[in-house]
Amino acid sequence: ASGAYPKRVKVVEVGPRDGLQNEKNLVPTPVKINLINMLSETGLQVIEATSFVSPKWVPQMADHTEVLQGIKKSPGISYPVLTPNLRGFQAAVAAGAKEVSIFGAASELFTQKNINCSIEESLERFEEVMRAAKEASIPVRGYVSCVLGCPYEGKISAAKVAEVSKKMYSMGCYEISLGDTIGVGTPGSMREMLAVVMKEVPVGALAVHCHDTYGQALANILVALQMGVSVVDASVAGLGGCPYAQGASGNVATEDLVYMLNGLGIHTGVDLQKLMDTGTFICNALNRKTNSKVSQASCRL
Amino acid sequence: QEPQASGLPEYIKIVEVGPRDGLQNEKVIVPTDIKIELINQLSKTGLPAIEVTSFVSSKWVPQMADHKEVMRGIERHPGVQYPVLTPNLQGFHSAIAAGATEVSVFGTASESFSKMNINCSIEESIERFEEVTKSARSMNIPVRGYVSCALGCPYEGNVVPDKVAEVSKRLYSMGCYEISLGDTIGVGTPGSMKKMLEAVMKEIPLSALAVHCHDTYGQALANILTAMQMGVSVVDSSVAGLGGCPYAKGATGNVATEDVIYMLNGLGINTGVNLCAVMEAGNFICTALNKKTNSKVAQASFSTGTI
Repeated sequence: ASGAYPKRVKVVEVGPRDGLQNEKNLVPTPVKINLINMLSETGLQVIEATSFVSPKWVPQMADHTEVLQGIKKSPGISYPVLTPNLRGFQAAVAAGAKEVSIFGAASELFTQKNINCSIEESLERFEEVMRAAKEASIPVRGYVSCVLGCPYEGKISAAKVAEVSKKMYSMGCYEISLGDTIGVGTPGSMREMLAVVMKEVPVGALAVHCHDTYGQALANILVALQMGVSVVDASVAGLGGCPYAQGASGNVATEDLVYMLNGLGIHTGVDLQKLMDTGTFICNALNRKTNSKVSQASCRL
Repeated sequence: QEPQASGLPEYIKIVEVGPRDGLQNEKVIVPTDIKIELINQLSKTGLPAIEVTSFVSSKWVPQMADHKEVMRGIERHPGVQYPVLTPNLQGFHSAIAAGATEVSVFGTASESFSKMNINCSIEESIERFEEVTKSARSMNIPVRGYVSCALGCPYEGNVVPDKVAEVSKRLYSMGCYEISLGDTIGVGTPGSMKKMLEAVMKEIPLSALAVHCHDTYGQALANILTAMQMGVSVVDSSVAGLGGCPYAKGATGNVATEDVIYMLNGLGINTGVNLCAVMEAGNFICTALNKKTNSKVAQASFSTGTI
């Protein structure tokens, strides 16, 4: 049955990275910078700014250095960047990064297809990043993808998710974001997976990163909150489609998440109107409709 | 999956409102034979209840002008209920003459909405419904009661849970076997859903309650989950999420049946409904309406070809 909800939830905004990375149109650097600056005015405390990955693989993030150096860094706001390996980490730090993220997966096949190595090998790469990060006093956030299903393997065992999460946490990640990469999870599988992971990683160090590809995101997030998770990733305007289901949606929209949390009386510190305005800005720039239902509904005003 | 372990019902009855609530809120007038084909396809999915049409004046609701033809034209599958809306005694008689064996009446928890929607006060509307339920009782016809604006009103804004409870109680006492609580403009969240249900559950037994959530603000599934966690075991939904919101231009309305079933399947909750069959019916009507589905499950499934 439903338990008590956390009093506060930290919303981690991944639109500028995860969102834009999965948008077809290449976004000009000034637009990215303006997006992040607008997000910095909404009350969000964490905004994932970019990814220090080779532009050969992710052309959308080719301007990572310019973006990180160009944004207005508001005090009290963290601007983590993705760093897939030591080289990316070093480039990120040189460009002024004060927090980084590493991306693991609970699926062998996904890891192979995505970054061309095994889970074990990817963790070895991350060890290098962790060592350098510790030396530089840079906090590292760990992502585990495919936690509720994999586009190649199908079902993923909760034990495997717990195993990878535990390894990344023990390595020194301060937080583990559990990603339902293809959005196939439901409140049932979310509950089951979290119950197992929470045996290995304290709930205070857990976050959920739900995709809304099957419309399940808010229900899944609700269950995670009921189990004590208090960090939730989301993307303004629901930016970012699903690369595994053409035309389908991906990230859950930050507006819709904040609307739900407001209704539950959970504190986020986020100004929903300013967030919607930011979503409107980026959708206009991308010449696309928003994926946020709250934004859509409020449009008539 | 053990639904009981997480405090959820083992079985959820899905009430399919696409052919009525859904189509009523679609701009394009749907030909009678398409409506009939849609309902016939839905009858084969395992859905236990399909709201067929509305015996309301065609002046007010042109989409439902063919109510008699639809009622007479559909296949009636054993074990499936085919309720129709009857706003008053005249509509009720007309429905019975056309072969209806179950009817619904539509109340509201908001005075302003009542005046704007059906041009009378809540009290006056209740009197009209009493005529219907009296007649229905004498003919052994079950009546379902709807209470709209249960979590908010487009005119009044906030709606007090006790008011929802009061109207629900009136409908239940006059003989409605089930009360469907509607979040008409989709503004509700798990927080307001819980408060509203707590108030209503003081007056109405859980087994007689249903939730009718709109997805206008993307909150429907979270609200439905909350309702189920409190023991509600009847959920209204609309194939392909048919039916926009008349109060928020371009916004969505009904929650998509496919998305609800996907969630219930994942929770190990029995519905008796075949998801693929519903998606096919959804595909049929969207093609006929020349519109994209509002169901994310359908969107994702057709994209990946994994039906």
